[in-house]
Amino acid sequence: MENWLNAFALLSNFVIVPALAYGSQLALGALGVTLVFGILRFSNFAHGDTMAFGTMVVILFTWWFQSMGINLGPLPTALLALPFGILFCALFALLSDRLVYRFYRAKRADPVIYLIASVGVMFVTNGIVRFIIGPDDQNFADGERFIIRARDFKEMTGLAEGVSIKLSQGITFFTMIIVVIALFWFLNKTRSGKSMRAYSDNEDLALLSGINPDRVVAITWIIAAALATIAGTLYGLDKSFKPFTYFQLLLPIFAAAIVGGLGNPLGAIAGGFVIAFSEITVTYAYKRFIGHLVPEDWEINGLIQLLSTDYKFAVSFIILLLVLLIRPHGIFKGTGV
Amino acid sequence: MKKLLVSSAVALSLGAAAGAASAEDIKVGVFLGLTGPLESLVANMAPGAEAAIAEVSESGKFMDGSTVTAVRADTTCVDAAAATSAIERLITSDKVAGVVGGDCSGVTTAALTNVAMPNGMVMISPSATSPALSTIEDNGLFFRTAPSDARQGVVMSNIIMERGFKEVALSYTNNDYGKGLADAFQSAFEEAGGTVTISSSHEDNKADYSAEVGALASAGGEILVVAGYLDSGGKGIIQGAIDTGAFDTFVLPDGMVGDSLPVAIGPDLNGSFGQAPGTDSEGAGMFVELAEGFDATSPFAAESYDAAALLLLAMQAAGSTDPQMYKDSVMDVANAPGEPILPGQLGKALEVLAAGGEIDYVGASNVELIGGGESAGNYREIEIQDEALQTVGYR
Repeated sequence: MENWLNAFALLSNFVIVPALAYGSQLALGALGVTLVFGILRFSNFAHGDTMAFGTMVVILFTWWFQSMGINLGPLPTALLALPFGILFCALFALLSDRLVYRFYRAKRADPVIYLIASVGVMFVTNGIVRFIIGPDDQNFADGERFIIRARDFKEMTGLAEGVSIKLSQGITFFTMIIVVIALFWFLNKTRSGKSMRAYSDNEDLALLSGINPDRVVAITWIIAAALATIAGTLYGLDKSFKPFTYFQLLLPIFAAAIVGGLGNPLGAIAGGFVIAFSEITVTYAYKRFIGHLVPEDWEINGLIQLLSTDYKFAVSFIILLLVLLIRPHGIFKGTGV
Repeated sequence: MKKLLVSSAVALSLGAAAGAASAEDIKVGVFLGLTGPLESLVANMAPGAEAAIAEVSESGKFMDGSTVTAVRADTTCVDAAAATSAIERLITSDKVAGVVGGDCSGVTTAALTNVAMPNGMVMISPSATSPALSTIEDNGLFFRTAPSDARQGVVMSNIIMERGFKEVALSYTNNDYGKGLADAFQSAFEEAGGTVTISSSHEDNKADYSAEVGALASAGGEILVVAGYLDSGGKGIIQGAIDTGAFDTFVLPDGMVGDSLPVAIGPDLNGSFGQAPGTDSEGAGMFVELAEGFDATSPFAAESYDAAALLLLAMQAAGSTDPQMYKDSVMDVANAPGEPILPGQLGKALEVLAAGGEIDYVGASNVELIGGGESAGNYREIEIQDEALQTVGYR
């Protein structure tokens, strides 16, 4: 029995807990991408850098609060700064819409033109973020670091393997759940949410029934910016903030959104977890895990690793390819790419 | 006939003037990763190189009073295509006389073989340390003020052995630098009787390193050697290993040595150790005093100063800014015999060379070029104590 518990603790520590946290971060990012795709009908490549922008504002406010001595005790101060980050990020998204995307919307441009325009917005945002906060790593996590440390867990349970859960991982997971519930409530129950879905389903019909398109677009940007800021802040708290990494996050986020089905919020969440879990489980070395389960006098020589970690990214792309081949609209029915 | 004589005399004098390089503005490329995974080190490397260039330019003694201007270009550290086009711009459009750079081994190799060699351009890298660059075909055009990682692998193996560790796990950044250092270290360590439980790579700037940490933890080992970059994957691996309790002590080679790492990780990093190129020589101290507006003790800042200084002193020694002419002078000015030259004495060195004398450039990093033109290597052994880098010895 104890062997099984040890094996499970090991797997939790190195696979389940990190994958849940990473999956939540990807899911929140993918939700923003999928929302913009569903309603504004283009792949927003600037989303990763929008995340960086929002997180940057959160960091600046966090520093300001810290300098004034305001904090949340064991919780990170960044949570207090989050609303300000969302506010500024939403203003920034609305500004980029006003300056760039509105022009193309009026011309009813092809999605591919939007996509290229969003690449432009991406580079500008990238530059602004680096200009304001610099290209370096920024650490802004404070408060307690762990819910439970590996060492304490071992002492508490008497097991040979420890499980550590970081506070940021716990916050990430629960914030994700709250945000997803709030988003679905908004989309399904409120008037604005319903008008957004109507606009997404059929733009012309929505216009005929008196839905104000400008309002729908504005709300979409505000929600996308809020999701981006939350995802970026949680990611930054859990790992660290560096503009370049946020730019790189774009890839797994898009993979998650496409695997789940672009345009489908439920799919974005599922996609985030599929990508995170597959990256970690397929490349994990099961030597110690199996070691706990087999008789003690068996000696394991190999690492028992399905794929070297070098192929980590190949895993998510193979899943992406398989999904596109077998279910082109994603696991959940999305709009298709 | 008379006319012909006059015109040939004019042509001769023109030619002579060009050959003697009358005072002009000479451009030198500073080809470093202004963006990318090494950008926080480059923030001190580029000013280091430019300090030497400014010192030479302001002395007024360089090539009959020529001035020297630095032109920056971005290697990106990781993107060979971007680096190739950047150095192409330096050579064909800015018409630089020499290049200080590149910084990371992969992009440096690409820039050298694709652009610098075909164009006959001299490159002096302050920080490309891949062992592969020792044997690369370079037509005598490539030098480095940084030592090869083959040497660092041996030094690191010695340090670990002396501290009594016999079993290590090894994670390296998946590029020429990481792979080269990891291989050099593994062979040195195994030769000395140690065991490497796993040697696995990680990609830089990725969103998540849980999978890599999981594999390393499963393989086991007393300590973890992280041959990566401190602003990037290397930091992610260490953070992940500490958070999950997989490893407590880390070995940090040169790419991981920087002030930002202990600040980012916090007290958990105390007790980790490593090494970076460095020397306690007189020159290092003088360089710190001379540095204005940048951190002279940052890794490779001294090497950058030396690379730029060597480049310009070689031009002065050859009396030409033509790479084909001065490439053979680089080794001469770097090594004995001659008058030793320390940082801040470049003006003096220019005078000696102009008078036909010889110099032995020592510089900020105790430069001694061996083999095909690479630094023999001095290393500073560091340990993290009280959340800060402490130098505990020199090797």
